[in-house]
Amino acid sequence: MNKPRTLYQKHIDSHTVCVLDDQGHVLLYIDRQVANEYTSPQAFSGMREAGRQVWRPSATLAVVDHVNPTAPVRISTMPDAGGAQQVSYFEENCRDFGIELFDVLDKRQGIEHVVAPEQGFILPGMIVAAGDSHTTTYGALGAFGFGIGTSEIEHLLASQTLVYKRLKAMRVTVNGSLATGVTSKDIIMALIEKIGASGATGYAIEFAGPAINDLSVEARMTICNMAVEAGARGAFMAPDEKVFAYLQSRPRAPQGEMWEQAVAKWRGLHSDEGAVFDREVTLDVGALEPMVTWGTSPDQAAPVGSRVPDPASQTDLILRQGMQRALDYMGLVPGMPLSDVMISHAFIGSCTNARIEDLRDVARVVRGKRVAAHVRAMIVPGSTLVRSQAEEEGLAQIFLDAGFEWRQSGCSMCLAMNDDVLAPGDRCASSTNRNFEGRQGAGARTHLMSPAMVAAAAITGHLTDVRSFALEA
Amino acid sequence: MQPFTTVIGSAAPFLASNIDTDVIMPKQFLKGIDRKGLDQGLFFDLRFLESGEPNPAFILNQPAWKDAAFLVVGPNFGCGSSREHAVWGLKQVGIRALIGTSFAGIFYDNCQRNGVVAIQVPEAQLKQIAGVISNAATAKINVNLPEQTIELADGAVIHFEIDQLRKQSLLLGLDAIGTTLQRTEQIRSFETRYLSENPWL
Repeated sequence: MNKPRTLYQKHIDSHTVCVLDDQGHVLLYIDRQVANEYTSPQAFSGMREAGRQVWRPSATLAVVDHVNPTAPVRISTMPDAGGAQQVSYFEENCRDFGIELFDVLDKRQGIEHVVAPEQGFILPGMIVAAGDSHTTTYGALGAFGFGIGTSEIEHLLASQTLVYKRLKAMRVTVNGSLATGVTSKDIIMALIEKIGASGATGYAIEFAGPAINDLSVEARMTICNMAVEAGARGAFMAPDEKVFAYLQSRPRAPQGEMWEQAVAKWRGLHSDEGAVFDREVTLDVGALEPMVTWGTSPDQAAPVGSRVPDPASQTDLILRQGMQRALDYMGLVPGMPLSDVMISHAFIGSCTNARIEDLRDVARVVRGKRVAAHVRAMIVPGSTLVRSQAEEEGLAQIFLDAGFEWRQSGCSMCLAMNDDVLAPGDRCASSTNRNFEGRQGAGARTHLMSPAMVAAAAITGHLTDVRSFALEA
Repeated sequence: MQPFTTVIGSAAPFLASNIDTDVIMPKQFLKGIDRKGLDQGLFFDLRFLESGEPNPAFILNQPAWKDAAFLVVGPNFGCGSSREHAVWGLKQVGIRALIGTSFAGIFYDNCQRNGVVAIQVPEAQLKQIAGVISNAATAKINVNLPEQTIELADGAVIHFEIDQLRKQSLLLGLDAIGTTLQRTEQIRSFETRYLSENPWL
C-alpha cells in the first residue's frame, strides 16, 4: 500500500516535471497564470530582450485591475501617466504574445482573484501562480495558488514551470459553528492573530473541519485569500459538492461528458486518511466574536468588544517595540475600548471581500439607514459582473440610499495604487487584507474587519459590533 | 545576474519585525514598466522627512551605514505584497545580502532571482551579529558564500546554511530561465502526458 499523502503532496506530485535535488526542489508544472498590469511589464520586457515566446498563451488570463480608476462612471483613462503607460504596455504585450486580456472596459473586468474563479478559469486540482500575493484565494476551489515575483512570472511565461521548493504541510481544523454576524473573515483574522504574521511561513495550509464545510465557496475564498497574511505560501481546501455546484455553470468550466470526467477525478482530491501533517492547528469558532485590527500588522487584531492592548504586557522586546510603534502610528492608547475608535472612511472592496455575498451582507446591515455624517463610505465591487448582479438584485440602490458611493471595479483603496488614496490621519474601516503603514495612503490608518462590520462602522461612525444591529436572516 | 562570491561591506541593523514590502517600496514607485529609479523609493517614508530631506534618524542615512552592502533585519522581513520592486530597490542602493531569522516566502524567492542573498541564521546568532555591527566602528563584515560564513569585525566567524541549488545559482549568477529551458523536451513530454490525463485542461 502507498504511504498516505496530504492533498498538498498530491498536488505537487502530480505537477512535478522532474526532481532537481534531494532538498525538495522540483521543476513544477503550472496550469494557469493570471497577469496584471503592474507586476508583469518587466517580465514581458525580459521575454522580448531574450527573443523568447510564451510557452502556452492560453494558460494566462490578463486583467487590468490595480491602477484603473473606480469612479462611478467607467472611464478608460488612467488617473496618471505611469498607470496609463502600464495599461498600454500591458495591452501591447497581450496582443504580441497572444494572451487574452480583459481590459478596463470589458464587462468581465474586475479584480483578478474575483474574475478568474467567476469565469471558471480556475478548477480543482490545478496549480496556479500569479504576480500577486493573494493568488492563494484559489484554494477555495481545491486549486493550489500562490504569489510570485516578476522574475518568476517571466520564468513561467517562458517555460510554464517554476523551480519550486516543497513546503511543509499544516492542517488547520476549524470546529464549531459561527454565530450570526460572525463571518469567514473573522475566522481567518482569528487564525492570523493566533499563529502570527509569520506563523505559517514555509507552510502550505489545508483548511478542514465542520466550520469550513459549512461555509459557502465565496466565504472560503476570503479564508484562503488572507492565509498569506500568516505567511502561508498557499492555502486550500479539499473541493466538495459546493465547489462543483459553484463551477458548473461558469463560462470556462468543462461541459457535458468532460464535466463528468473532471468531477470524477476531483472527488479524489483530499488528504488520505492517516496522512501526516508537519503541523496541526485547531481553532474553535463557536464563541468567536467579530474581529478588528488595532495595529499595523494583520496579526494585531482583537475581538471588537475588547480594548486596545498594552505593549507593557508584552515580554519580548522586539514585539513590544513593534506594538508601541503600531499604536503610535495608529494614534491609539492602551486600554481604550476598540468600539470608541472613530472612523473617517469606510471601504468595502478588494479580492478578500467584494463578492456578491459580501455585498448582500452589507445590504442587510445598511438597508434603510444612513452613513454617519462625518464618514466617507465607498463600495468597490470585486468585478464588473458583481456590480451588475448587485444592481439587478437591488443592492446598489440600498447602498446609494444609505449614502455610500457605488463605484466601478478594481483593487482601489486596498493598496491605493490608483487615485483612491487616503490622506494622512484618515482612519478607515476596511474589508481589505492589509493594515500596513501607508497601505491605503501615507499616514493613513486602516482597521481590517468583515464587510458587515465595515457597514456597521459606516453607519455609527465608529468601530461597532455588527451584532448590535438587528440582522435579517 | 551578478554573481555573489565574497563581499565585504558595512552591515546596517534594521531589526523591526514584519517589515512589509509596502514599507520597503511604497505604491507611488510601482508605476514604471522598467526597473529604473527604485533606489529613490526604497524605504521612502522612513528615509526621507516630509521636507524631502534625508531623515538623519534612519540607519541608511548615517555615515557608517550610508554605503551598507548588507542589512541585518528582524523576523518576517519582506512580508505582504509580491512586488519585486522591493528587491530591485535594495539592489539599486547597493544591498548585496540580507541577514535575518526569517523571510517571507515570495520576497525570499525574489531575492534569489536577483542575486541578493537572503541569509537565515538562528536568533542567537542574529543577536550576536546585530550586537557587533550596531557599533559604527565594527560595522564591516565579510560574507563568504562559497564557505557559507559571515566574519564579524571582532573576528567571530558564523556559519550559515543555504540550499546547494540556490548557492550554485548565486555563485555563478545563472540565468534561471535559460537553465530551465535546457529541459524543454522533458517539459513537453510531461505536458503531453498530463494534458491527456486531464483532457478538460
